[in-house]
Amino acid sequence: MDTVYFDNNATSMVAPEVFEAMKPFFCDNYGNASSMHSFGGKVAKVVTNAREQVANLLGCDASEIIFTSGGTESDNAAILGTLASVPDRRKIITTRVEHPAVLEVCRSREGRGYVLVEIGVDKKGRLDMEQLEKEINDDTAIVSVMYANNETGTIFPVEEIAEMAAAKGVAFHTDAVQAVGKLDINLSKSAIRMLSLSGHKLHAQKGIGILYIKKGTRLTPFMRGGHQEGGKRAGTENVPAIVGLGKACELAAENMEKENTYVRGLRDSLEKGILETCPDSFVNGDIENRLVNTTNISFEFIEGEAILLMLDRFGICASSGSACTSGSLEPSHVLRAMGVPFTAAHGSIRFSLSRYNTQKEVDFVIDKIPPVINRLRELSPFVTK
Amino acid sequence: MWDYTDKVKDHFLNPRNVGEVENPDGVGEVGSLACGDALKLTFKLGKDGRIVDAKFKTFGCASAIASSSVLTELIKGKTLAEAMKVTNKDIADYLGGLPEQKMHCSVMGREALEAAIENYQTGSTEKHQLQGRVVCNCFGITESEIAKVVMENDLHNAEEVMNYCKAGGGCGSCKGEIQKIIEKVQGDKVKHAAVNMPKKVGKLTNLKKMQLIEQTINEQVRPALRAHGGNIELVDIVDNKVIVAFRGMCSQCKQAEFTMKDVVEAKLREFVSDDLFVEEETDSANESCRGKE
Repeated sequence: MDTVYFDNNATSMVAPEVFEAMKPFFCDNYGNASSMHSFGGKVAKVVTNAREQVANLLGCDASEIIFTSGGTESDNAAILGTLASVPDRRKIITTRVEHPAVLEVCRSREGRGYVLVEIGVDKKGRLDMEQLEKEINDDTAIVSVMYANNETGTIFPVEEIAEMAAAKGVAFHTDAVQAVGKLDINLSKSAIRMLSLSGHKLHAQKGIGILYIKKGTRLTPFMRGGHQEGGKRAGTENVPAIVGLGKACELAAENMEKENTYVRGLRDSLEKGILETCPDSFVNGDIENRLVNTTNISFEFIEGEAILLMLDRFGICASSGSACTSGSLEPSHVLRAMGVPFTAAHGSIRFSLSRYNTQKEVDFVIDKIPPVINRLRELSPFVTK
Repeated sequence: MWDYTDKVKDHFLNPRNVGEVENPDGVGEVGSLACGDALKLTFKLGKDGRIVDAKFKTFGCASAIASSSVLTELIKGKTLAEAMKVTNKDIADYLGGLPEQKMHCSVMGREALEAAIENYQTGSTEKHQLQGRVVCNCFGITESEIAKVVMENDLHNAEEVMNYCKAGGGCGSCKGEIQKIIEKVQGDKVKHAAVNMPKKVGKLTNLKKMQLIEQTINEQVRPALRAHGGNIELVDIVDNKVIVAFRGMCSQCKQAEFTMKDVVEAKLREFVSDDLFVEEETDSANESCRGKE
């Protein structure tokens, strides 16, 4: 049975070109970039090259890129590092729909001398910009708002928020792990001060990411114990992963157009196919303004885990905001913040595509879904006929 | 991904006895869409007083569907007296076990059976009402229901109770009370159960007391309130009086008073000092009426 992988917001395949680029840095060129010998020096050069590849994708200077172990570390470093650097400011602003890598970090500071404000969203998942603007003040240490939501794909006006924050002299951080490679980002023209990127969401390996830190941003180092990354992030460079991430960023820049035409086309075709064949289903999030690869569909009266397990029998991979899939008892915090009724939140399925998917796979899924939905509705006490 | 047994997978993919029995003798409906799972059980009695047919309809995950399917298989051919003896453990055992966090699915099966039998005996067509005082307001779980799962499954802590009947799995503010029910049911066995919390210190300096109060509110109280869109603020400490204010959803919640005494004060006494008592800041109560956080 072939795998139909429609769960790219969870993680993505390592691109074959990325894997190829990484290979020489395990058994052959395994030197330490900090060494004085030329064997290590060779490696330092490829790290520099990778940094430039990342900077090219983001439209920033290579010196503004810090390699980290991934999106979660970058988020931690940005938030905690900023708080440490402006100890006189005691307010943190974020949103109710952030990834836990931001939300939990912010909440962990609450009460420990910090006030946390979580901005709410409307039923399409759009931020309450009025409240946001009102909350930013002299006491605010950081505003952290994700570029695009991982569950619904809803894109936030981060450039606008970054300017709002900058106007009041407040640092702005964005978790852009879902957006990089899908949206055109040019940080040299932006007021964004910090941005997190994760390698494995754009066809590099797991365990590598970056934190972009705009020149002139005050940030206390999060990881100490070495001079690497300009003293901002200690630890011997993960060279193969860094090389891979550089390559993945280069590929992402080349494929940006394809994401916006080909991948969008697949997503739209999938969404249309499902909505047409499955009654009582609807899309969650801001349909007009969301990531081109993501669709989050609620199937009423049935539960997400059951849908996923039935799809799994056909090799179809997706994810759900249902409580049961996580082992918690309540459905996705994102859908709840949006006020999606429980009935629909429990039955929500996220499909997230990549440029490695095909129309044939989309057709296969459109073919397999209706019987699964019908079968589960036959079992449901809430469907009466 | 859950590690389901082959039996669970089989009963999920090929559920037995799906649907509704025509002209049923007993109907049991438990759970709701909001809770994330719901089950409607219908059965018919034969002339010999045994269950000749039983069918189910279930909204829920794979283990909920499998548990319902097994329930119908287990009760067919039984008299009502025999069926009454079916426990959630029987359902789980038949399936070769369920993941701990999914045990509540088997409990839902047993509850539906009770409801259906009650419906037969009383003729009441009302939706099954659980008996007794509600302990977990988030999921509407009563004291007797909690006591029953504790007894039948030999549970020893609040975490287990949550896995078996969801109680305490929402805001978590009833966990202290759940622990008390466990202690009541289990007697001495759990009296001194290890609870993962720092030991209370004997004599406190004022500074230390203030730090501990703040720490307890941050670690023990706030996460539970946050889970439901609420919040708490430590306003002041005057001798043994701790003044707090509820924010967000909590400020409009009718459970707030209960939360204050039963959760905040209980936690502070548990972790800091038995002498503490909690009061809500009066000004903030008025402020909250304006609906502003």
